[in-house]
Amino acid sequence: MTDVRRRLAVSMLVFGSLAFLAVIGAPLLGTTPIRLARVFDRTIPFADNVDAQIFFIARLPRALAGALVGATLAAAGVVFQALLRNPLATPFTLGVSAGASLGAMLAITMRLHLSLWGVSAVTAASLVGSLCAVGIVYAMARARHRGFSTNILLLAGVTLNSFFSALILFVQYLADSAEALRTMRWLMGDLDIAGYGPLLAALPLCTVAFVAFAWLPRALNLLSLDTDAAASRGVNVLRVQRVAFFSASMATGAAVSLGGPIGFIGIIIPHLVRLMVGADHRIVLPASALFGAAFLVAADVVARTAMAPVELPVGIITALIGGPFFLWLLVRQR
Amino acid sequence: MRVGAGGWGLGARDSGLGARGSGLGARGSGLGVRGSGLGARDSGLGIRLTAAVLALVLLVTAPNARRAVLARGLSCRERALLCGSSRREPPGGRTVESGHAPTRIISLVPSATEMLFAIGAGPRVVAVSSYDRYPPEVERLPRVGALVDPDVERILSLRPDLVIAYSSQTDLLAQLERARIPVYFYRHGSLADITRGMRDLGSRLGLTAEAGAAAARIDRGLTDIRTRLAGKRRPRTMLVIGREPQSLRAINVSGGYGFLHDLLDLAGGENVFGDVKRESMMVATETILARAPEVIIELHYSDRASPDAAAREREAWNLLPGVPAVKNGRIYLLYGGELVVPGPRVVLTAQTFARVLHETRGLPSTPLRPGKTPGSTR
Repeated sequence: MTDVRRRLAVSMLVFGSLAFLAVIGAPLLGTTPIRLARVFDRTIPFADNVDAQIFFIARLPRALAGALVGATLAAAGVVFQALLRNPLATPFTLGVSAGASLGAMLAITMRLHLSLWGVSAVTAASLVGSLCAVGIVYAMARARHRGFSTNILLLAGVTLNSFFSALILFVQYLADSAEALRTMRWLMGDLDIAGYGPLLAALPLCTVAFVAFAWLPRALNLLSLDTDAAASRGVNVLRVQRVAFFSASMATGAAVSLGGPIGFIGIIIPHLVRLMVGADHRIVLPASALFGAAFLVAADVVARTAMAPVELPVGIITALIGGPFFLWLLVRQR
Repeated sequence: MRVGAGGWGLGARDSGLGARGSGLGARGSGLGVRGSGLGARDSGLGIRLTAAVLALVLLVTAPNARRAVLARGLSCRERALLCGSSRREPPGGRTVESGHAPTRIISLVPSATEMLFAIGAGPRVVAVSSYDRYPPEVERLPRVGALVDPDVERILSLRPDLVIAYSSQTDLLAQLERARIPVYFYRHGSLADITRGMRDLGSRLGLTAEAGAAAARIDRGLTDIRTRLAGKRRPRTMLVIGREPQSLRAINVSGGYGFLHDLLDLAGGENVFGDVKRESMMVATETILARAPEVIIELHYSDRASPDAAAREREAWNLLPGVPAVKNGRIYLLYGGELVVPGPRVVLTAQTFARVLHETRGLPSTPLRPGKTPGSTR
């Protein structure tokens, strides 16, 4: 036990400082040179202090959004992989992100011009879409099964995913070219949220999810081996599955509504972390969250500087790094 | 984000890149491949069956049948369609197959449609794309799809003798070639390409003089604006061509290439992204803060918006108080589909740009469409 504690402490220290450095460092990096002394100079009114505006309006919210989305998707990936007992599961496997995307597509093409506290209709609609998808998949998994069948969950989720994707294509096909371009851009992921409103909107769901994640690891360790064995060791399997499913799905919905469906974080980060710290969920889960945060923040720095002043979609960067890595992982597992 | 590639949806689709770089295309074709795989098998069978029956019939009645076909006097185009012969028409070429000017024209390019009407070829247009809105005469014409979904059957059934299409529509080209229907490619480009394209189109249609006159009118209008504004200070301007409503996300601006940039330049604005040789680009809020535009012009494709909606859209910019345009309240939202059509109405767009950039009264102030409210709200 003390061994686990020690390893947990070490990995928290390493991955924690990595995430901390990323969040602190990202706002300092960019194509526009800013002077820190000027950023924190209170004598200049904020409206005239462009350095402070670049730091506080453009870069800091982006870094924080990247950290939140990265941590959420990576942690949700760990939970889904354990819940579905499938190493290829991702936060997007069960159709949550497709539901979120469909919501966003509809808001864009129906031209819902609303906003509340800096949260646009697109963000709100994607959150609603993801929650609808969660509800449908859950109802399916419960429908013909007294308990909670992960097989049906997986099949229903994957099917729903394809179904929603087809609807997305349909909506996109009917949209005019300007809208189609915007929907396309949304699907590539974007962390330039310009302000803190969207961040605050996503935070409550993510917080609830992370509280649930903190309760899960020991049960996930047993569950990922065998449900019967877990039950015989006193795990309330049904409850754990339900909590895992809902918390990870809600977290994914919140993250996707904030930054769009940014791929690969939810699958490569958990595997990468397992390679480094082993398979114990008590360590893998928090370490993945921290490493996911650091990774996405770093990827976003690349996205906004690599081709500046043209902005690259961050989803492309994560996929460019994640794709080759994932292939290597697949080959290596043989 | 997957169209169910692979069992557990590993990869490709998860990416959000696969997702989109290739976007519609990749996905569409992903589905399409599967669909057409089936279809091909079906139609393959169908063709074979039909061919077998046809062969049988021909064997029995060969001489009569051949005579009948000849007697019915199929047109050159129909024979070509049946035999699948392909004679490559040079893209945008000047020659017309039978020596006479086209009289049944289908335009899949809205700006080309406007040009046709401007040079007096309007009565010859028999169908337009699903995006055509101007001139009002197009409202009663049949629609035959657009860039990604041209309705080939419909196009063939209208028996056109010229189809104006985008150069990227290669599938359509192949089909029309087989039907021996000449295709004229229209390419979007710079401002100068508009009058050049009009003159070229005119000579293709045997309307050289009319096209020349219309093009000269446009050139005169543009030159007039340029001379009026000579010597005026050129405000640093950002031309926004799209963003998420009521937020500053996914901001798409005009780079230093294309007719919108040229119009801005002509109307006396200094494009803050003029150094990036791209027609459009996504920019981060940081870049906008750094480039500090003095004027922001936003183009909205819808024809008009309620004052409330326009005010709320303008308020979104308050998130960036350090941008001079925001500080000085120089954000202009322009409404109207004509703003983004590189056709004969560019003079109106240039006038509108000039008016908001220099807040001049000398230039016409409510020109955009008779009987409608002015296109800009401030």
